[in-house]
Amino acid sequence: MNIPINWLKDYVDIDLETDEIAEGLTMSGTKVEAVEYRGKDFRNVVTGKITKIEKHPDADKLVVCQVDIGKGKAVQIVTGATNVAVGDFVPAALDGAILAEGKKIKNSALRGVESQGMLCSIEELGYTKADYPEAPEDGIYIFQNEVELGVCALELLQIKEDIIEFEITGNRPDCFSVIGIGREIAAAFDKKLKYPEITVDEVKGEGAADYVNIEINSPDLCPRYAARVVKNVKIEESPLWLRHKLSCSGIRPVNNIVDITNYVMLELGQPLHAFDLTGVADGKIIVRNAADGEMITTLDGVERKLDSSMLVIADPVKAIAVAGVMGGENSMILGNSAAVIFESANFNGPNIRQTSKKLGIRTDASSKYEKGLDPNISMDALNRCAQLVNLLGCGEVIEGVVDCYPQPRHERQVGFDPARINALLGTNISEKDMYAYLGRLGISAADKKAAIPTFRADLEMEADIAEEIGRIYGYNNIETTLGSGGQTAGKLNQKQHIERLIKTNMTAMGFSEAMGYSFESPKVFDMLRLPADSKLRESAVVRNPLGEDFSVMRTTTLNNMLKSLSTNYNRRVDEAMLFELSKVYLPKALPLTELPDEVDMLSIAFYSKDKKKDFYYLKGVCEAFFEAVGIGNKIQVEPEINLPFMHPGRCAVLSAFGGGIGFLGEVHPEVLKTYEIGQKVYLAAIVCDMIYEKANLTKAYKPLPKYPAITRDIAMVVGDDTLSSQVENIIRKRGGKLLESVKLFDVYKGEQVGEGLKSMAYSIAFRAADKTLTDDEVGEKMETILTSLEKELKANLRDK
Amino acid sequence: MKDVLEKIKAEALSVAEDLKDLKGLDELRVKLLGKKGSLTAALKSLGGLSAEERPAMGQMINEVRAEIETLLSKKQEELGSLAMNLALKSEKLDVTMPGTRPYELGKKHPMTLVTDELKDIFIGLGYEVAEGPEIEEEYYSFDALNTPKHHPARDEQDTFYVEAASPCCFVLRTQTSPVQVRTMESRKPPIKIIAPGRVFRKDEVDATHSPVFHQLEGLVVDKGITMGDLKGALSLFAKELFGGSVKTRFRPHYFPFTEPSAEMDVSCFACEGRGCRICKGSGWIELLGCGMVHPKVLSMSGIDPQIYTGFAFGMGLERVAMQRYNITDMRLLYENDVRFLKQF
Repeated sequence: MNIPINWLKDYVDIDLETDEIAEGLTMSGTKVEAVEYRGKDFRNVVTGKITKIEKHPDADKLVVCQVDIGKGKAVQIVTGATNVAVGDFVPAALDGAILAEGKKIKNSALRGVESQGMLCSIEELGYTKADYPEAPEDGIYIFQNEVELGVCALELLQIKEDIIEFEITGNRPDCFSVIGIGREIAAAFDKKLKYPEITVDEVKGEGAADYVNIEINSPDLCPRYAARVVKNVKIEESPLWLRHKLSCSGIRPVNNIVDITNYVMLELGQPLHAFDLTGVADGKIIVRNAADGEMITTLDGVERKLDSSMLVIADPVKAIAVAGVMGGENSMILGNSAAVIFESANFNGPNIRQTSKKLGIRTDASSKYEKGLDPNISMDALNRCAQLVNLLGCGEVIEGVVDCYPQPRHERQVGFDPARINALLGTNISEKDMYAYLGRLGISAADKKAAIPTFRADLEMEADIAEEIGRIYGYNNIETTLGSGGQTAGKLNQKQHIERLIKTNMTAMGFSEAMGYSFESPKVFDMLRLPADSKLRESAVVRNPLGEDFSVMRTTTLNNMLKSLSTNYNRRVDEAMLFELSKVYLPKALPLTELPDEVDMLSIAFYSKDKKKDFYYLKGVCEAFFEAVGIGNKIQVEPEINLPFMHPGRCAVLSAFGGGIGFLGEVHPEVLKTYEIGQKVYLAAIVCDMIYEKANLTKAYKPLPKYPAITRDIAMVVGDDTLSSQVENIIRKRGGKLLESVKLFDVYKGEQVGEGLKSMAYSIAFRAADKTLTDDEVGEKMETILTSLEKELKANLRDK
Repeated sequence: MKDVLEKIKAEALSVAEDLKDLKGLDELRVKLLGKKGSLTAALKSLGGLSAEERPAMGQMINEVRAEIETLLSKKQEELGSLAMNLALKSEKLDVTMPGTRPYELGKKHPMTLVTDELKDIFIGLGYEVAEGPEIEEEYYSFDALNTPKHHPARDEQDTFYVEAASPCCFVLRTQTSPVQVRTMESRKPPIKIIAPGRVFRKDEVDATHSPVFHQLEGLVVDKGITMGDLKGALSLFAKELFGGSVKTRFRPHYFPFTEPSAEMDVSCFACEGRGCRICKGSGWIELLGCGMVHPKVLSMSGIDPQIYTGFAFGMGLERVAMQRYNITDMRLLYENDVRFLKQF
């Protein structure tokens, strides 16, 4: 909301600079977003009268004007304008003047003729023809009437103005008005609010009720409807002072009648509407719900289809306005309107908001109504409107008001305990001061009770009173304290601790942390080649998404990893190694009957030109990760051929604690094609919930070995399908307690071992804690191991 | 004999004088003291001397031998250090060439860095970290936070709704505040928590908006908590985050779930309060919303507002991260370009 400071000063005597007022308002709760100092630096523009115009001797397009600037002084000004004539009163910028956009005026010579300044257009004074309709389309501004010479033209034209932009919070609809902000200034600076004196000169004889009668059929949506009638209307341009206030507040002046309604809306916060009396059949106004499918053409010329949830203002035959939103074309004020009905009504805020949303029109009126207005301001607004008609002399106000207000709203009492308020704020404000602070806000308070005016519907209980007292006392005067309340220990819980550990370990292993959106496109399921019955397709669906790409809650993090790798690949980044620790949302049933499970997933993915960064590199990273969280020895790895998005021969499932906890492997080439990644991608996904629970961070020291280890290397040829885990299991089983470690150090496939076979070489270490082992002891163990390998895996031992 | 010894000695001295390297020294040692060396020969020739002559000559030989050995070991030292110096010289490296790294370290996401930093500050102030679901019941998102039924925040224009079987009504939480309610429902005061997390609003993606972003919520509830405590805690937090010289101010504001409500501004870190482009000339930057927990919110969560009071606060984390790291486009946070991520 924008309000010119000088308008505010009409209601509060305050002699402070605009920035001081802005600061005071901000700190008392009416936040000033910005101040526009319009015409702040402009200077040295005076009124002048053109006494003589001659052709420029050397330029066809220029003329030389003699300008009387009063007090016996005159200047010569050269201009290119063609709209000036002898006798015109004009704004003349003299030597040293500053105009819009910082334009500086100096004495100079134009084509050899001295010019002691410049005659100004309205644009050069920072405004447009919309603000000053009397200004010419293109040319020098000419005063409509004779003006005193040599006075400040900027002042006369009201060029200079400080305009304050306020951020009004949703609980203060009363502050969407000049008077509302005026009241806040009065409270903040302890001044008196000068509410306008409203008196109306009425034409006696006929009464308003002779012209108009009102019937409210939907009283819940329209608590009040009041109207006045004005006859013999003269539609004209409004005077400068009125236009200036409107344009500085961001409202375009139209004509006197429309401008009056807008003026009162800005001043008191009550939207008003003017109907042409001839557009209202029988002068009968009916406030009713629209019929489903009822049509109305609104003021903006658009035909709109209504439904029964919307409220209309109608006459017996047709709708004449969408209540509180926009008037109808059929009853709008035109240049020839002779009699007018002014409406000052109160409508249900949420209903207006819904209507305005459904129709897609938001007007100054609807945006005020939707916040919920005080029905008690309707009458003042209506009378203020009539008063302005008197003042502008633009019509005859018919005697009386037609007012339909079945259930008037009254002031409420809210009780409060000053001691509790001090306890809540941490202050020591006297009861008397509390009453005074409330009094400044127009709330009379005494005996621990506050009488809440009807325009403050937001004040319901003690805590609300505490805020009013607190903000007038000044939040920044509340003493800062520490340490009230019981002592607590700040810490991360196990899950949060593990989360950090995961991120620290992943970055230490060279992976950077990625972050993805929680929702994605359902197309992702096809991109990942998920079969129709895949559990992963069962996702929670956003009812009102930003678009299909953001419409389902992700059940897998694969898409984000692949998409991110694709981004990097297509930006020609050589290597991208990413991890993400994030949630997937797994519905328990569809449609949702309870909140979905939100499961933390660790996803790890990379592509690289480095050939060493292959499947086993990824596996090594995973192993190191599991070791870091203390469950390295709990993980089982088995081949997995059924994940549709993974290479069937290069994928493994990970299980632990009796269930699957993830997988790792190479991404299926079809999927890579879909994501436009021209490198092999290795990817792992691990469910973290079990890890949070089972992570074992207990550390216990084991004594360093006192006796030497004995190592034996073996090599064998086995079938190509034989798994390393099978070999290792046998070695471990047969090696018994003395076995310390088993390491695979070579695998060879090729001509030398033959088709369908491979050679594997292991290094096996034995150690006893209490003695040095002998060759015989180790030899015995090796013998059992080798026999088992031969028997169980048909291993052909080389160099035995 | 004596002459021979003198000659050996003289020769040793003169040869040693001219030695250039350790190899020559070895040769000299062999020539003098080796099996076929001249001094060894002299020693052997003692056998041919009479018993009377032998001790004197033996002693003389030993003296010469000792002298030569001293000479040789001195020379050994000299030439050894000469040789080492030569070797060191030849092993010189260009130390300005780049180092060989084991591999490049990965980096945590800037949002993680900022969130962890804030968490650590609050943990240090005695707060625990609480969490809650991102798909949330409408009740926790709005009703329990005293948001009126017709409040615009509930509009489909602003809030994402998730399809659910009637009468369930689920939303993507628009703020972390539901965690306040869940925490108060599940435990008794003293409560002192922060709840960082992901939130959702229906904003189109652009440089300064994202439908997914992060907030950090805080809640303190106990007997006798005052607005002075709120100011104290949050001013201290601001000093921890921005440094000891930062100033704070509290402006009245409106939130449905706090009363009184406020916004906290911090003095602009770019201009230190003098006024600049970043703070739009005001010298202040809005950091967070806060207030005393609304009595209705306390009662709805099962806490008696006659006995307990509390304060709550909430702030956006993206803005902190973007200011801290000079990030000008929010979209960068979700692109996962490693050239971006590695900068943190």
